[in-house]
Amino acid sequence: MTSTTTEEGLAPSADGPPLLELRAVNKSFGPVQVLHDVDLTVRLGRVTALVGDNGAGKSTLIKGIAGIHAFDSGAYLFEGEPVHVANPKQANALGIEVVYQDLALCDNLDIVENLYLGREALRTGFLDEIAMEERAAETLAGLSVRTVKSVRQKVASLSGGQRQTVAIARAVLWNSKLVILDEPTAALGVAQTEQVLRLVRRLADRGLAVILISHNMNDVLAVADDIAVLYLGRRTAQVESKDVTHAEVVQLITGGALVEKGGQVVVTDPRETGAES
Amino acid sequence: MTQSLVTDEVEEVPPAPRPSLADAAREYVSRVRGGDVGPLPAILGLVVLLIVFSALRPETFTNSFNFANLLIQSAPVIVIAMGLVFVLLIGEIDLSAGFTAGVAGAMLGVVSTRNDWPWWVGVIVCLATGAFIGLVIGVLVARVGIPSFVVTLAGFLGLQGLLLQIIGEGGTIRIRSETVLAIMSKNLPLWLGWALFVAIVVAYAAVSFRQLANRRSRGLVAQPPAVWLAKVVGLALLLGVCTYYLSIERSRNAAISSIKGVPIVIPVVLVLLVLFSLLLTRTLFGRHVYAVGGNAEAARRAGINVARVRLLCFVLCSTIAAIAGVLLASRVNSVTPSTGGGETLLYAVGAAVIGGTSLFGGKGRPVDAIIGGLVVAVVANGMGLLNQPAAVVFMVTGLVLLLAAGVDALSRRRAAASGRA
Repeated sequence: MTSTTTEEGLAPSADGPPLLELRAVNKSFGPVQVLHDVDLTVRLGRVTALVGDNGAGKSTLIKGIAGIHAFDSGAYLFEGEPVHVANPKQANALGIEVVYQDLALCDNLDIVENLYLGREALRTGFLDEIAMEERAAETLAGLSVRTVKSVRQKVASLSGGQRQTVAIARAVLWNSKLVILDEPTAALGVAQTEQVLRLVRRLADRGLAVILISHNMNDVLAVADDIAVLYLGRRTAQVESKDVTHAEVVQLITGGALVEKGGQVVVTDPRETGAES
Repeated sequence: MTQSLVTDEVEEVPPAPRPSLADAAREYVSRVRGGDVGPLPAILGLVVLLIVFSALRPETFTNSFNFANLLIQSAPVIVIAMGLVFVLLIGEIDLSAGFTAGVAGAMLGVVSTRNDWPWWVGVIVCLATGAFIGLVIGVLVARVGIPSFVVTLAGFLGLQGLLLQIIGEGGTIRIRSETVLAIMSKNLPLWLGWALFVAIVVAYAAVSFRQLANRRSRGLVAQPPAVWLAKVVGLALLLGVCTYYLSIERSRNAAISSIKGVPIVIPVVLVLLVLFSLLLTRTLFGRHVYAVGGNAEAARRAGINVARVRLLCFVLCSTIAAIAGVLLASRVNSVTPSTGGGETLLYAVGAAVIGGTSLFGGKGRPVDAIIGGLVVAVVANGMGLLNQPAAVVFMVTGLVLLLAAGVDALSRRRAAASGRA
């Protein structure tokens, strides 16, 4: 995977060319319109957090990006080119990998077997265990994963954080450019959350683009460079995380908006705006 | 805030540790204590049964005639159980495997005896019959989505009827082909038995040593050479004692007809064992079978064609059952409407489970079928020598199966508690 990534420690830039750009995408399921003219910009080397309350359309948005169900309308640009992503295979071919909340690992297989599941290396028709084991060890070392004792451990014997690590490592093993993580820390304890967040940060620092879905604002503010907020199917804001506070993000999620006030961009309090209307 | 999380650097990976013999032993003990027992209970059970029956019937149980007889008797059940391992691995069941063997054996009789075609045409038709039955079951389970329990229960009844239809009420089809009959009744010449023994041990030693050396030279964790040596010596001892014992004259009246040497069916079963073990551990298909059995959804998301893997497992199971059909026909020189019926299938399921294959899928190996099949055969054989009525034999076999399933359940609980599920 090192071949496609840029130098480590690349400064995340807000102005670099976007890897993924969505412009005014819409998605309806029957009479229910779930996404309204949503814009999203994701850049290489940056973690873009996707936040919003339950039912805001986060899942629908990533499923559209991953090709599970295509958008109804709007532009989908990848590396500046308009692309059509109608199924997960096409998304994978572009270099988009999704790590779902339920990790989709086989407990009865070991780490190497899970990392290579479905894309096993073969040599003269038989499994090339040595090559797979070497590359798996390299990949984990490259991600600075040192918490697993042996790559030949069964996944069943791993902790929640280690399992998440294996799932993420599997997503980056295949020269992926964009990794989408759905609630990677939802079921983890404090130490393991820290461990996974560190890994998420490292992915971006190695030049990948990361979309992180999380309900935990501390996690979001700790690792994200950009924060895209969805509210009732509309993207109400995309801000840099250094520009906002915890309280402001919560206000955006619950229906607040960005407004100019005295030459400064501030977030309105949804309770106040609610009172006005 | 962000920066504090980014600081750790990629460190040089330390060279893989070289575990010593003591490390390996400790590792194994901790694995067993953690609930990953593998075939250990079955092997211990087998040893206990052998000791008990040898003590109770020192003359009849331990003589080499009975020993050879026991191995030959167990072969059809073992072969069906090897096929069942494939469907059990994906968490399914095939209740019709016994009568699949019967119907396939009947087709062998129809082709080679009734139509007087060469034996090998009969065997090909027999295997094709098995494959076709497996294809039908597989399509119904994997594509249509009917639970395998129901499909194969229907198959159990339907194939029983089909077998009766082919053979006719109260009829039999005699098997006349010398080649087919030889499998279960003839022995290898003594020199060939020993040559085979040497070939197996040398091949095992060479292949496992090459693997070990290869891993060491690439700097990967490898088992210590002492463990390798112990395994080779253990295999040589086990097979050597068996070969020696089978090479003893076991005819009561050697002047009239001499019976000695390794029964032909034993190398046949060993070839199947090696073939299926390679298929499951060294090929893409085998890896996908374990993946589907462990987590079908994960396998699907990884791009594995789950339905195809499941279909192939049923085809394999029924085809292997057809091989057992040849053995059953060879054993009694004929095929009857009850061939493959009775307790054949249940013994085979029992054999796979006793050997350590899980009914929940994802865990099991072809060698389990052999170990479990021997346990079942020793119980049946030993109880028979104790002049116990069939009633007691069934009850004891039932208890042994319950014990094995109990060990499976307990070890799973233990494994779940220690995180090795």
